[in-house]
Amino acid sequence: MSSFIEIRNLNKHYGAFAALTDIDLDIAEGEVVCVIGPSGSGKSTLIRCINLLESFSEGSTILVDKIPVEPGKHLAQVRAEVGMVFQSFNLFPHMTVLRNIMLAPLRVRRLSEEQAEKKARELLDRVGIGEQAEKYPGQLSGGQQQRVAIARALAMEPRVLLFDEPTSALDPEMVGEVLDVMRDLAGTGVTMIVVTHEMGFARQVADRVIFMNGGKIVETGKPEEIFDAPKEPRTRDFLSAVLNH
Amino acid sequence: MDLLDTFFNVPILIRTFPMLMSGLWITIQIGATSIIAGLVLGLFLSLIRLYAARPLVFIARIYIDVFRSIPLLVLLIVVYYALPFVGIRLSPFLSAVVALTLVSGAYTAEIFRAGIEAIPSGQFEASRALGLSYRHMMVDVVLPQAVKIVIPPLTNNCINVMKDTALASVVAMPDLLKQATQAQALAANPSPLIGAALIYLAFLWPLVALVSRFERHMGQRGAR
Repeated sequence: MSSFIEIRNLNKHYGAFAALTDIDLDIAEGEVVCVIGPSGSGKSTLIRCINLLESFSEGSTILVDKIPVEPGKHLAQVRAEVGMVFQSFNLFPHMTVLRNIMLAPLRVRRLSEEQAEKKARELLDRVGIGEQAEKYPGQLSGGQQQRVAIARALAMEPRVLLFDEPTSALDPEMVGEVLDVMRDLAGTGVTMIVVTHEMGFARQVADRVIFMNGGKIVETGKPEEIFDAPKEPRTRDFLSAVLNH
Repeated sequence: MDLLDTFFNVPILIRTFPMLMSGLWITIQIGATSIIAGLVLGLFLSLIRLYAARPLVFIARIYIDVFRSIPLLVLLIVVYYALPFVGIRLSPFLSAVVALTLVSGAYTAEIFRAGIEAIPSGQFEASRALGLSYRHMMVDVVLPQAVKIVIPPLTNNCINVMKDTALASVVAMPDLLKQATQAQALAANPSPLIGAALIYLAFLWPLVALVSRFERHMGQRGAR
Protein backbone atom coordinates (compact mmCIF):
# COMPACT_ATOMS: atom_id res chain seq x y z
CA MET A 1 0.00 0.00 0.00
CA SER A 2 1.45 3.36 -0.96
CA SER A 3 1.49 5.95 1.75
CA PHE A 4 -0.43 9.20 1.48
CA ILE A 5 2.03 11.16 3.58
CA GLU A 6 5.63 10.09 3.26
CA ILE A 7 8.27 11.56 5.55
CA ARG A 8 11.88 10.55 4.93
CA ASN A 9 14.93 11.46 6.93
CA LEU A 10 13.33 14.60 8.36
CA ASN A 11 15.76 16.79 10.30
CA LYS A 12 15.36 20.24 11.76
CA HIS A 13 17.79 22.34 13.78
CA TYR A 14 17.49 25.59 15.68
CA GLY A 15 21.15 26.55 15.66
CA ALA A 16 22.92 23.74 17.50
CA PHE A 17 19.70 22.34 18.94
CA ALA A 18 18.24 19.38 17.03
CA ALA A 19 14.47 19.81 17.09
CA LEU A 20 13.83 16.78 14.89
CA THR A 21 16.24 13.97 14.15
CA ASP A 22 15.92 11.44 11.32
CA ILE A 23 12.14 11.13 11.32
CA ASP A 24 10.74 8.49 8.96
CA LEU A 25 6.99 8.14 8.87
CA ASP A 26 4.34 6.83 6.49
CA ILE A 27 0.69 7.62 6.92
CA ALA A 28 -2.07 6.03 4.89
CA GLU A 29 -5.04 7.92 3.53
CA GLY A 30 -7.87 8.04 6.07
CA GLU A 31 -5.62 7.02 8.93
CA VAL A 32 -5.96 8.74 12.32
CA VAL A 33 -2.58 9.16 14.00
CA CYS A 34 -2.11 10.62 17.47
CA VAL A 35 1.29 12.01 18.41
CA ILE A 36 2.06 12.06 22.13
CA GLY A 37 5.12 12.93 24.15
CA PRO A 38 6.49 15.44 26.65
CA SER A 39 6.57 19.14 25.76
CA GLY A 40 9.60 20.06 23.72
CA SER A 41 9.73 16.60 22.19
CA GLY A 42 9.14 17.93 18.66
CA LYS A 43 5.52 16.80 18.20
CA SER A 44 4.25 20.20 17.10
CA THR A 45 7.35 20.90 15.04
CA LEU A 46 6.78 17.61 13.20
CA ILE A 47 3.25 18.39 12.10
CA ARG A 48 4.12 22.02 11.34
CA CYS A 49 6.70 20.74 8.86
CA ILE A 50 3.98 18.92 6.92
CA ASN A 51 2.47 22.19 5.67
CA LEU A 52 5.81 24.02 5.84
CA LEU A 53 4.91 26.40 8.65
CA GLU A 54 8.35 25.27 9.81
CA SER A 55 11.18 24.89 7.35
CA PHE A 56 13.38 21.81 7.65
CA SER A 57 16.93 20.79 6.80
CA GLU A 58 18.11 19.97 3.32
CA GLY A 59 18.10 16.28 2.51
CA SER A 60 14.78 15.84 4.29
CA THR A 61 11.76 14.87 2.22
CA ILE A 62 8.05 15.16 2.88
CA LEU A 63 5.55 14.10 0.23
CA VAL A 64 1.84 14.72 0.57
CA ASP A 65 -0.10 12.76 -2.05
CA LYS A 66 3.21 12.55 -3.99
CA ILE A 67 3.60 16.34 -4.00
CA PRO A 68 6.87 17.45 -2.43
CA VAL A 69 6.51 19.92 0.44
CA GLU A 70 8.92 22.69 -0.50
CA PRO A 71 8.86 26.44 -1.11
CA GLY A 72 7.55 27.30 -4.55
CA LYS A 73 4.51 26.72 -6.64
CA HIS A 74 3.62 23.28 -5.23
CA LEU A 75 3.23 24.76 -1.78
CA ALA A 76 -0.18 26.32 -2.44
CA GLN A 77 -1.36 22.91 -3.67
CA VAL A 78 -0.11 21.19 -0.53
CA ARG A 79 -1.62 23.80 1.76
CA ALA A 80 -4.96 23.55 -0.01
CA GLU A 81 -4.99 19.82 0.76
CA VAL A 82 -3.71 20.08 4.31
CA GLY A 83 -5.89 21.84 6.87
CA MET A 84 -4.65 22.86 10.29
CA VAL A 85 -6.23 23.50 13.67
CA PHE A 86 -4.13 25.42 16.18
CA GLN A 87 -3.91 25.37 19.95
CA SER A 88 -4.82 29.06 20.12
CA PHE A 89 -7.56 28.85 17.43
CA ASN A 90 -6.10 31.75 15.41
CA LEU A 91 -9.48 32.84 14.11
CA PHE A 92 -9.56 36.20 12.33
CA PRO A 93 -10.99 38.51 15.01
CA HIS A 94 -12.17 41.23 12.61
CA MET A 95 -14.47 38.89 10.64
CA THR A 96 -17.68 37.19 11.61
CA VAL A 97 -17.62 33.44 12.16
CA LEU A 98 -19.22 32.99 8.75
CA ARG A 99 -16.61 35.16 6.95
CA ASN A 100 -13.82 33.31 8.76
CA ILE A 101 -15.00 30.08 7.19
CA MET A 102 -15.77 31.59 3.77
CA LEU A 103 -12.47 33.43 3.27
CA ALA A 104 -10.22 30.64 2.00
CA PRO A 105 -12.88 28.98 -0.21
CA LEU A 106 -13.52 32.40 -1.79
CA ARG A 107 -9.89 33.35 -2.28
CA VAL A 108 -8.16 30.01 -2.86
CA ARG A 109 -10.89 27.74 -4.29
CA ARG A 110 -12.57 30.69 -6.00
CA LEU A 111 -16.08 29.67 -5.00
CA SER A 112 -18.91 32.17 -5.49
CA GLU A 113 -20.27 34.03 -2.46
CA GLU A 114 -23.42 31.86 -2.45
CA GLN A 115 -21.52 28.59 -2.70
CA ALA A 116 -19.06 29.62 0.00
CA GLU A 117 -21.82 30.79 2.34
CA LYS A 118 -23.89 27.63 1.81
CA LYS A 119 -20.90 25.48 2.59
CA ALA A 120 -19.93 27.57 5.63
CA ARG A 121 -23.45 27.26 7.09
CA GLU A 122 -23.48 23.49 6.51
CA LEU A 123 -20.15 23.16 8.29
CA LEU A 124 -21.27 25.30 11.22
CA ASP A 125 -24.31 23.06 11.61
CA ARG A 126 -22.05 20.05 11.44
CA VAL A 127 -19.88 21.30 14.32
CA GLY A 128 -23.03 22.23 16.21
CA ILE A 129 -22.93 26.05 16.26
CA GLY A 130 -25.06 27.05 13.27
CA GLU A 131 -26.74 29.79 15.28
CA GLN A 132 -23.43 31.63 15.90
CA ALA A 133 -22.70 32.45 12.24
CA GLU A 134 -23.07 36.22 12.51
CA LYS A 135 -21.07 36.63 15.72
CA TYR A 136 -17.43 37.64 16.02
CA PRO A 137 -14.90 35.13 17.40
CA GLY A 138 -14.37 37.23 20.53
CA GLN A 139 -18.04 36.70 21.47
CA LEU A 140 -17.70 32.91 21.55
CA SER A 141 -16.40 30.54 24.21
CA GLY A 142 -13.08 28.80 23.64
CA GLY A 143 -14.77 25.53 22.75
CA GLN A 144 -17.00 27.26 20.22
CA GLN A 145 -14.02 29.12 18.74
CA GLN A 146 -12.13 25.90 18.28
CA ARG A 147 -15.14 24.32 16.57
CA VAL A 148 -15.26 27.33 14.21
CA ALA A 149 -11.56 26.78 13.54
CA ILE A 150 -12.26 23.15 12.65
CA ALA A 151 -15.09 24.24 10.34
CA ARG A 152 -12.75 26.81 8.75
CA ALA A 153 -10.18 24.09 8.05
CA LEU A 154 -12.87 21.73 6.70
CA ALA A 155 -14.19 24.40 4.31
CA MET A 156 -11.17 23.83 2.10
CA GLU A 157 -12.14 20.14 1.84
CA PRO A 158 -8.67 19.07 2.92
CA ARG A 159 -7.56 15.47 2.63
CA VAL A 160 -5.34 15.85 5.67
CA LEU A 161 -6.14 17.63 8.93
CA LEU A 162 -3.37 18.56 11.34
CA PHE A 163 -4.37 19.24 14.94
CA ASP A 164 -1.77 21.01 17.07
CA GLU A 165 -2.85 20.43 20.69
CA PRO A 166 -6.40 21.52 19.87
CA THR A 167 -7.73 21.27 23.42
CA SER A 168 -4.73 22.48 25.42
CA ALA A 169 -5.91 26.11 25.61
CA LEU A 170 -9.47 25.20 26.60
CA ASP A 171 -11.19 25.24 29.96
CA PRO A 172 -11.71 21.65 31.07
CA GLU A 173 -15.47 21.70 30.59
CA MET A 174 -15.04 22.61 26.91
CA VAL A 175 -12.57 19.91 25.98
CA GLY A 176 -15.30 17.34 25.45
CA GLU A 177 -17.27 19.28 22.84
CA VAL A 178 -14.15 19.73 20.69
CA LEU A 179 -13.07 16.09 21.06
CA ASP A 180 -16.61 15.03 20.05
CA VAL A 181 -16.32 16.96 16.80
CA MET A 182 -12.92 15.40 16.14
CA ARG A 183 -14.25 11.93 16.92
CA ASP A 184 -17.01 12.45 14.35
CA LEU A 185 -14.40 13.46 11.78
CA ALA A 186 -12.32 10.34 12.31
CA GLY A 187 -13.57 7.66 9.97
CA THR A 188 -14.97 10.10 7.39
CA GLY A 189 -11.98 9.38 5.18
CA VAL A 190 -9.96 12.45 6.10
CA THR A 191 -6.44 11.71 7.27
CA MET A 192 -5.88 13.11 10.75
CA ILE A 193 -2.65 13.77 12.59
CA VAL A 194 -3.37 14.90 16.13
CA VAL A 195 -0.78 16.20 18.58
CA THR A 196 -2.51 15.81 21.91
CA HIS A 197 -2.26 15.29 25.63
CA GLU A 198 -5.71 13.66 25.72
CA MET A 199 -4.70 10.06 26.25
CA GLY A 200 -8.31 8.88 26.43
CA PHE A 201 -9.00 10.33 23.01
CA ALA A 202 -5.82 8.83 21.56
CA ARG A 203 -6.66 5.39 22.93
CA GLN A 204 -10.24 5.50 21.69
CA VAL A 205 -9.94 7.17 18.28
CA ALA A 206 -6.40 6.68 16.94
CA ASP A 207 -5.51 3.97 14.46
CA ARG A 208 -1.93 4.46 15.48
CA VAL A 209 -0.13 6.25 18.30
CA ILE A 210 3.34 7.74 17.98
CA PHE A 211 5.41 8.52 21.04
CA MET A 212 8.08 11.18 20.55
CA ASN A 213 10.88 12.27 22.82
CA GLY A 214 13.89 14.54 22.21
CA GLY A 215 13.00 15.14 18.56
CA LYS A 216 12.83 11.43 17.72
CA ILE A 217 10.09 8.89 17.25
CA VAL A 218 10.65 6.51 20.13
CA GLU A 219 7.82 4.08 19.63
CA THR A 220 4.85 3.65 17.37
CA GLY A 221 2.00 1.17 17.45
CA LYS A 222 -1.69 0.55 17.90
CA PRO A 223 -3.21 2.36 20.93
CA GLU A 224 -3.47 -0.90 22.90
CA GLU A 225 0.19 -1.64 22.26
CA ILE A 226 1.39 1.79 23.32
CA PHE A 227 -0.87 2.28 26.30
CA ASP A 228 -1.06 -1.28 27.66
CA ALA A 229 2.28 -2.74 26.70
CA PRO A 230 4.81 -0.04 25.85
CA LYS A 231 8.15 -1.56 24.87
CA GLU A 232 10.41 1.42 25.44
CA PRO A 233 11.27 2.53 28.99
CA ARG A 234 10.89 6.21 28.03
CA THR A 235 7.35 5.54 26.82
CA ARG A 236 6.57 3.75 30.06
CA ASP A 237 7.98 6.62 32.13
CA PHE A 238 6.00 9.22 30.20
CA LEU A 239 2.74 7.29 30.37
CA SER A 240 3.04 6.56 34.06
CA ALA A 241 3.74 10.27 34.66
CA VAL A 242 0.71 11.49 32.72
CA LEU A 243 -1.73 8.73 33.64
CA ASN A 244 -1.04 8.57 37.38
CA HIS A 245 -2.09 11.90 38.78
CA MET B 1 -6.06 98.86 32.12
CA ASP B 2 -7.61 95.69 33.40
CA LEU B 3 -7.20 92.06 32.48
CA LEU B 4 -10.08 91.97 30.02
CA ASP B 5 -8.82 94.97 28.06
CA THR B 6 -5.31 93.54 27.92
CA PHE B 7 -5.93 89.93 27.00
CA PHE B 8 -9.55 89.72 25.81
CA ASN B 9 -9.94 93.04 24.07
CA VAL B 10 -12.96 92.29 21.91
CA PRO B 11 -12.65 95.18 19.41
CA ILE B 12 -9.02 94.22 18.78
CA LEU B 13 -9.94 90.56 18.47
CA ILE B 14 -12.60 91.41 15.89
CA ARG B 15 -10.27 93.74 14.00
CA THR B 16 -7.44 91.17 13.81
CA PHE B 17 -9.69 88.16 13.20
CA PRO B 18 -9.28 88.19 9.37
CA MET B 19 -5.49 88.23 9.80
CA LEU B 20 -5.67 85.28 12.16
CA MET B 21 -7.93 83.37 9.78
CA SER B 22 -5.51 83.86 6.89
CA GLY B 23 -2.82 82.52 9.24
CA LEU B 24 -4.98 79.53 10.11
CA TRP B 25 -5.38 78.75 6.42
CA ILE B 26 -1.58 78.71 5.97
CA THR B 27 -1.24 76.56 9.09
CA ILE B 28 -3.74 74.05 7.66
CA GLN B 29 -1.92 74.01 4.32
CA ILE B 30 1.46 73.36 5.92
CA GLY B 31 0.00 70.78 8.32
CA ALA B 32 -2.07 68.86 5.77
CA THR B 33 0.76 68.73 3.22
CA SER B 34 3.26 67.54 5.84
CA ILE B 35 0.86 64.95 7.26
CA ILE B 36 0.10 63.41 3.88
CA ALA B 37 3.73 63.45 2.74
CA GLY B 38 4.74 62.07 6.14
CA LEU B 39 2.25 59.20 5.84
CA VAL B 40 3.60 58.20 2.45
CA LEU B 41 7.20 58.48 3.62
CA GLY B 42 6.39 56.60 6.83
CA LEU B 43 4.62 53.68 5.14
CA PHE B 44 7.51 53.38 2.69
CA LEU B 45 10.09 53.48 5.51
CA SER B 46 8.19 50.96 7.64
CA LEU B 47 8.00 48.43 4.80
CA ILE B 48 11.74 48.85 4.17
CA ARG B 49 12.38 48.48 7.89
CA LEU B 50 10.34 45.26 8.02
CA TYR B 51 10.91 43.50 4.72
CA ALA B 52 13.87 44.93 2.80
CA ALA B 53 17.43 43.62 2.54
CA ARG B 54 19.83 44.11 5.46
CA PRO B 55 21.69 47.27 4.32
CA LEU B 56 18.42 49.04 3.50
CA VAL B 57 16.95 48.06 6.87
CA PHE B 58 20.03 49.56 8.50
CA ILE B 59 19.69 52.83 6.58
CA ALA B 60 15.99 53.06 7.43
CA ARG B 61 16.75 52.50 11.11
CA ILE B 62 19.42 55.21 11.14
CA TYR B 63 17.07 57.62 9.39
CA ILE B 64 14.23 56.91 11.82
CA ASP B 65 16.43 57.27 14.89
CA VAL B 66 18.09 60.48 13.69
CA PHE B 67 14.88 62.26 12.81
CA ARG B 68 13.17 61.22 16.00
CA SER B 69 16.10 62.62 18.00
CA ILE B 70 16.66 65.97 16.32
CA PRO B 71 14.60 68.91 17.63
CA LEU B 72 12.24 70.14 14.93
CA LEU B 73 13.21 73.77 15.48
CA VAL B 74 16.86 72.95 14.87
CA LEU B 75 16.01 70.99 11.75
CA LEU B 76 13.86 73.83 10.45
CA ILE B 77 16.63 76.36 10.96
CA VAL B 78 19.13 74.08 9.24
CA VAL B 79 16.79 73.58 6.27
CA TYR B 80 15.97 77.26 5.91
CA TYR B 81 19.20 79.04 6.90
CA ALA B 82 21.97 76.47 6.31
CA LEU B 83 20.96 74.65 3.13
CA PRO B 84 21.27 77.83 1.01
CA PHE B 85 25.02 77.67 1.69
CA VAL B 86 25.14 74.41 -0.29
CA GLY B 87 22.93 75.87 -2.99
CA ILE B 88 19.57 74.48 -1.84
CA ARG B 89 17.25 77.42 -1.42
CA LEU B 90 13.72 76.50 -0.30
CA SER B 91 10.80 78.87 0.17
CA PRO B 92 9.57 79.33 3.75
CA PHE B 93 6.55 77.15 2.95
CA LEU B 94 8.67 74.34 1.47
CA SER B 95 11.21 74.58 4.30
CA ALA B 96 8.48 74.12 6.85
CA VAL B 97 6.87 71.25 4.94
CA VAL B 98 10.20 69.50 4.34
CA ALA B 99 11.24 69.70 8.00
CA LEU B 100 7.84 68.60 9.29
CA THR B 101 7.62 65.75 6.76
CA LEU B 102 11.10 64.42 7.53
CA VAL B 103 10.25 64.18 11.21
CA SER B 104 6.64 63.06 10.83
CA GLY B 105 7.77 60.33 8.41
CA ALA B 106 10.12 58.93 11.02
CA TYR B 107 7.39 58.79 13.67
CA THR B 108 4.83 57.41 11.23
CA ALA B 109 7.22 54.66 10.15
CA GLU B 110 7.49 53.47 13.75
CA ILE B 111 3.70 53.58 14.12
CA PHE B 112 3.15 51.46 10.98
CA ARG B 113 5.87 49.03 11.97
CA ALA B 114 4.43 48.59 15.45
CA GLY B 115 0.96 48.11 13.94
CA ILE B 116 2.06 45.34 11.60
CA GLU B 117 4.21 43.70 14.28
CA ALA B 118 1.32 43.78 16.74
CA ILE B 119 -0.60 41.29 14.63
CA PRO B 120 -0.06 37.93 16.36
CA SER B 121 2.04 35.44 14.39
CA GLY B 122 -0.90 33.01 14.62
CA GLN B 123 -2.81 35.22 12.17
CA PHE B 124 -0.02 34.84 9.60
CA GLU B 125 0.22 31.10 10.28
CA ALA B 126 -3.51 30.52 9.98
CA SER B 127 -3.54 32.43 6.68
CA ARG B 128 -0.65 30.41 5.31
CA ALA B 129 -2.11 27.12 6.52
CA LEU B 130 -5.33 27.95 4.66
CA GLY B 131 -3.32 28.47 1.48
CA LEU B 132 -3.91 32.22 1.17
CA SER B 133 -1.44 34.04 -1.06
CA TYR B 134 0.83 36.73 0.45
CA ARG B 135 -1.36 39.43 -1.09
CA HIS B 136 -4.60 38.00 0.28
CA MET B 137 -2.99 37.45 3.66
CA MET B 138 -2.00 41.13 3.85
CA VAL B 139 -5.19 42.57 2.32
CA ASP B 140 -7.80 40.35 3.99
CA VAL B 141 -6.21 39.46 7.30
CA VAL B 142 -3.22 41.56 8.39
CA LEU B 143 -3.77 45.14 7.18
CA PRO B 144 -7.43 45.46 8.29
CA GLN B 145 -6.32 44.57 11.79
CA ALA B 146 -3.19 46.75 11.62
CA VAL B 147 -5.18 49.80 10.48
CA LYS B 148 -7.37 49.61 13.58
CA ILE B 149 -4.26 49.52 15.73
CA VAL B 150 -2.48 52.44 14.04
CA ILE B 151 -5.39 54.90 13.75
CA PRO B 152 -5.16 56.28 17.31
CA PRO B 153 -1.36 56.84 17.26
CA LEU B 154 -1.55 58.22 13.70
CA THR B 155 -4.20 60.72 14.77
CA ASN B 156 -1.99 61.67 17.69
CA ASN B 157 0.87 62.25 15.28
CA CYS B 158 -1.39 64.46 13.13
CA ILE B 159 -2.13 66.59 16.18
CA ASN B 160 1.58 66.93 16.90
CA VAL B 161 2.35 67.95 13.31
CA MET B 162 -0.44 70.54 13.41
CA LYS B 163 0.92 72.02 16.62
CA ASP B 164 4.48 71.98 15.29
CA THR B 165 3.45 74.08 12.31
CA ALA B 166 3.69 77.02 14.73
CA LEU B 167 7.48 76.67 14.44
CA ALA B 168 7.17 77.78 10.82
CA SER B 169 6.82 81.32 12.14
CA VAL B 170 10.60 81.36 12.71
CA VAL B 171 11.19 81.08 8.95
CA ALA B 172 8.90 84.05 8.31
CA MET B 173 5.95 81.95 7.25
CA PRO B 174 2.73 83.91 7.88
CA ASP B 175 1.05 81.03 9.71
CA LEU B 176 -1.41 81.42 12.56
CA LEU B 177 1.21 82.16 15.22
CA LYS B 178 3.18 84.57 13.04
CA GLN B 179 0.02 86.47 12.14
CA ALA B 180 -0.92 86.65 15.78
CA THR B 181 2.46 88.07 16.86
CA GLN B 182 2.29 90.61 14.04
CA ALA B 183 -1.24 91.58 14.97
CA GLN B 184 -0.06 91.92 18.55
CA ALA B 185 2.67 94.30 17.45
CA LEU B 186 0.29 96.35 15.32
CA ALA B 187 -2.38 96.60 18.00
CA ALA B 188 0.13 96.98 20.81
CA ASN B 189 -2.01 94.49 22.69
CA PRO B 190 -1.56 90.73 23.33
CA SER B 191 -5.22 89.85 22.68
CA PRO B 192 -4.50 88.43 19.19
CA LEU B 193 -2.17 85.88 20.82
CA ILE B 194 -5.03 84.74 23.02
CA GLY B 195 -7.22 84.68 19.91
CA ALA B 196 -4.67 82.42 18.19
CA ALA B 197 -4.54 80.16 21.22
CA LEU B 198 -8.33 79.84 21.15
CA ILE B 199 -8.28 79.05 17.43
CA TYR B 200 -5.64 76.33 17.92
CA LEU B 201 -7.76 74.95 20.72
CA ALA B 202 -11.01 75.01 18.74
CA PHE B 203 -9.26 73.31 15.86
CA LEU B 204 -7.30 70.61 17.73
CA TRP B 205 -9.58 69.78 20.65
CA PRO B 206 -11.99 67.75 18.47
CA LEU B 207 -9.02 65.74 17.17
CA VAL B 208 -7.82 65.06 20.70
CA ALA B 209 -11.33 63.99 21.70
CA LEU B 210 -11.43 61.72 18.66
CA VAL B 211 -8.22 59.98 19.76
CA SER B 212 -9.67 59.42 23.22
CA ARG B 213 -12.76 57.87 21.67
CA PHE B 214 -10.67 55.58 19.46
CA GLU B 215 -8.67 54.49 22.47
CA ARG B 216 -11.77 53.77 24.56
CA HIS B 217 -13.23 51.86 21.63
CA MET B 218 -10.04 49.84 21.17
CA GLY B 219 -9.91 49.08 24.88
CA GLN B 220 -13.40 47.62 24.74
CA ARG B 221 -12.68 45.58 21.64
CA GLY B 222 -9.41 44.34 23.05
CA ALA B 223 -11.13 42.93 26.14
CA ARG B 224 -12.31 39.45 25.31
